[in-house]
Amino acid sequence: MSALLRNPLKNARGLGAAREGTGHFIAQRLTAIALAPLSIWFLVAAVGLVDGGYAESRVFLAQPWNAVLMAAFVIALFHHARLGLEVVIEDYIHQRALELALKVAVKFIAALAVIASLLAIVRIALGA
Amino acid sequence: MTARASRRQRPLSPFMIGPYYRPQLTSMMSISHRISGVLLSLGALLVAAWLIAVASGPEAYSGFASFANSLPGQLLAAALVVAIVYHWLNGLRHLAWDLGVGLEIPKAYASGWTVVVATVLISALLLWLLLSGGAR
Repeated sequence: MSALLRNPLKNARGLGAAREGTGHFIAQRLTAIALAPLSIWFLVAAVGLVDGGYAESRVFLAQPWNAVLMAAFVIALFHHARLGLEVVIEDYIHQRALELALKVAVKFIAALAVIASLLAIVRIALGA
Repeated sequence: MTARASRRQRPLSPFMIGPYYRPQLTSMMSISHRISGVLLSLGALLVAAWLIAVASGPEAYSGFASFANSLPGQLLAAALVVAIVYHWLNGLRHLAWDLGVGLEIPKAYASGWTVVVATVLISALLLWLLLSGGAR
């Protein structure tokens, strides 16, 4: 009955009562799917590099494909981490001001970490 | 007034586990997924620190390496290995649930125990590989 009263556009948009959240949900899953293979690639690389020291890490990251995959890894990683931490903060911090402050801090730290990581990868890949 | 006061003292969701509520595998794995995720966020910052150190030169790298090789660094690395293995495997379980697969209670328990056992085995293998490779 209530389905008859609902405008079909509401179902098509799929935004729910809060008009947001679906995008967050989808992005969390998409980044998870991206990280599933990328994190295995990263772990294999990390196990291989643990002995090598500075020079080997540098040579590894200077390879174009490794630079591309590392960039994809850090972008997906910090996006996924940010989304997850936001949900954790929303669920357990019940003081509105603190909740907002923590969420803003998480967003800014994640953004800075991605920018710094990408700049580092570009510097290594271009041999600067 | 008195009704409101008694209402305030009722145990709330996260604090019911233990005295009022017997924990199950499924709920414990759910909170472990979150805890491992929060820990891995810290690990993500270490990935960024490693990249910045490699880009900045040998001196910055040796600073990062000396932390990584210290006892706190090694313990953190070991915890991160267990966390990534668990979060990865349990994340697959969550993705399957999002597709509507394995939601029945017996299946959720079976996949849960599979993740727990696989986490122990794969973490042990990875830690052994890291220790045998990176022994200094």
